[in-house]
Amino acid sequence: MEDQFDIIIEPDKGMTQYWKDLWRYRGLFYFLAWRDILVRYKQTVIGVAWSVIRPLLTMVVFTVIFGKLAKFPSEGVPYPILVFAAMLPWQMFSNALSESSDSLITNANMLTKVYFPRMVMPTSAVVVSLVDFLIAFCILCALMVWYKFLPGIRFLTLPFFLLLALMTALGCGFWLSALNVRYRDFRYIVPFIVQFGLYVSPVGFSSTVVPGKWRFLYSVNPMVGVIDGFRWAILGGDTRLYVPGFLLSIAVSLAIFWFGLLYFRKMEMTFADVV
Amino acid sequence: MSNSTVIRVEGLSKKYIIGHLRSEGYQTLRDSMAGALKNTGRRLLHPFRASSGQPLLGMPGTEEFWALKDVSFEVEKGDRIGIIGRNGAGKTTLLKLLSRITYPTEGRISIKGRVASLLEVGTGFHPELTGRENIFLNGAVLGMGRSEIKQKFDEIVEFAEVEKFIDTPVKRYSSGMYVRLAFSVAAHLEPEILLVDEVLAVGDAQFQRKCVDKMGDVGENGKTVLFVSHNMAAVKNLCNKVILLDDGVVLESGDPYTICDKYIFPEDIAATGTHSFRGGEDHTINFIRAETLNEKGEVTSAFRADEDIRFRITYSVEKDIWGSSLAINICNFDGTDLWATSDIDVFSTLFEQREKGMWIYECVAPGNVLRPGRYLVALGAGDVTGQYFHHPDPFPFEILEQGFWKGSHKSFGISGGPLVVPMRPEMPRRADTSEDD
Repeated sequence: MEDQFDIIIEPDKGMTQYWKDLWRYRGLFYFLAWRDILVRYKQTVIGVAWSVIRPLLTMVVFTVIFGKLAKFPSEGVPYPILVFAAMLPWQMFSNALSESSDSLITNANMLTKVYFPRMVMPTSAVVVSLVDFLIAFCILCALMVWYKFLPGIRFLTLPFFLLLALMTALGCGFWLSALNVRYRDFRYIVPFIVQFGLYVSPVGFSSTVVPGKWRFLYSVNPMVGVIDGFRWAILGGDTRLYVPGFLLSIAVSLAIFWFGLLYFRKMEMTFADVV
Repeated sequence: MSNSTVIRVEGLSKKYIIGHLRSEGYQTLRDSMAGALKNTGRRLLHPFRASSGQPLLGMPGTEEFWALKDVSFEVEKGDRIGIIGRNGAGKTTLLKLLSRITYPTEGRISIKGRVASLLEVGTGFHPELTGRENIFLNGAVLGMGRSEIKQKFDEIVEFAEVEKFIDTPVKRYSSGMYVRLAFSVAAHLEPEILLVDEVLAVGDAQFQRKCVDKMGDVGENGKTVLFVSHNMAAVKNLCNKVILLDDGVVLESGDPYTICDKYIFPEDIAATGTHSFRGGEDHTINFIRAETLNEKGEVTSAFRADEDIRFRITYSVEKDIWGSSLAINICNFDGTDLWATSDIDVFSTLFEQREKGMWIYECVAPGNVLRPGRYLVALGAGDVTGQYFHHPDPFPFEILEQGFWKGSHKSFGISGGPLVVPMRPEMPRRADTSEDD
């Protein structure tokens, strides 16, 4: 008798049904991302050009401040490329973080009126930031042509590091979006994390600047592993990956992702009641 | 327990925690930390007392509220169930539980088949996107696949009658077009089980008729429909079974005619001509007070039949909003709508923007229209998507025999219908003679 029913709703519901639903709602996932991209530059004059201007200007500022004024070492590559290799993952991460942590709040109306696996929301927000990533990636290619810089074979490992960055962003997104529903304080905390993170992550400078004994501790910040990985893949040449630190960063990313997922699932049932 | 059972609800309960101190549902971190601290303190002081089990929420100033208590019923395949009851009886909560928007505190729901719920129309509509884009988006939100939407696209556009504007951003739509498009997407869902909240209360009369017909289709095709409504006429029309909820429990269930007739608004509603509504609810628009005034400007609930009735409604608007309307419905005592007026029908600027503040709205219903008897006034404030901000319980007024139009056929009584519209009868002439005689 029991197995004839497709849906069983109980106070504590298992996860098997959920993953099936997530698959069934993959269309929604796509449409939400598509909506956010469409809406983004409506009623702006220069439109998509913003996606080019923002990273480009940030790169110029960082190059001038860290490369020219502070004279940080450039690991034998043009400083703009050193900066840009790090800005690729960082911008994606920070965009994904702010978008996904707000995603449930800005779509509160949908939460209270329609059923769908709530995980679709923060995830599609992360996907949107991938679009920015692709645009920035084209800029990087243009920069490399300009500086006549040829990446090595390691360039092909880039998707792996991209995946790591996505996982970190998604993990944080799960945490922050779920917390944001219950505690609106996070609306103010997230911009702070993003701003602060830019300085504690090796975006404007190479992580070799950090003294050796602190290097491992520094890698607790998962973005350190991601950015180092990106530089290792893009810059090639003498760049070396600090392996223990990198492994620690991966472990931290995985932990954030896994516990974020569990926390999100735990809180999900109450979203419609507290939002 | 037969094989054709598609929904089984067993001992369903839903508890909400209401905060008395905060107007918003969410907490701030400070509240939580203070609460946790207090609980820890309590635990230190009384180590043997059982903990509340909800350290974050178990704060002073909160209260439990059971929106539903031990509700059980079964729905067979092809049933069209009407769910009725007063405001706050738990109708919408029940629908939200069935559609998995929120989860039960106790009990269990088993469902067989694909479910679609329509708690409002146009969920996920984005004003900046065009009609075409919104159809795809809204379809996806309601659980349709991309190919399914593509396949039904033309039908949806045609049903909504917006062919010309399909590539215009919906923020430029009139409220009617917006609602028609939104409903049209929903109407083309093909679920096995359809859960509908009072979304039919939107759109013009002709379109409403179309929607009721469309919903009737759904029922006849062996699909199961659960329909929450205040509109007894629609319920009698559409449903073959009714569940009457009161205070979160099932009061009665069974034949729609018997139950709808029992559920008439109670005779003992005070008829004073002035009605204050429960405040403190955090709607965007709140009704504060409604008065009915006679031609002399006196507050009363009894009117001469030939007298104009002035409704004076005091309401508050919590923030500047777009797309809202405020409606007065006059209905029979069995809940049949006789007519409705919305303030945006005449003052379209109110649709564009309704400013924050306290407002008084007056509206005059002409005399010589209603037959002597008792009627109800139902107020409603909502937005174009069919979402109600505030929908207080209706209040009564009475039309007296006094001043009743002499030419009308008094002897017909109420069976002549609720309205007295003078028809200007002419003297009959013989039909068997030719015109030029």
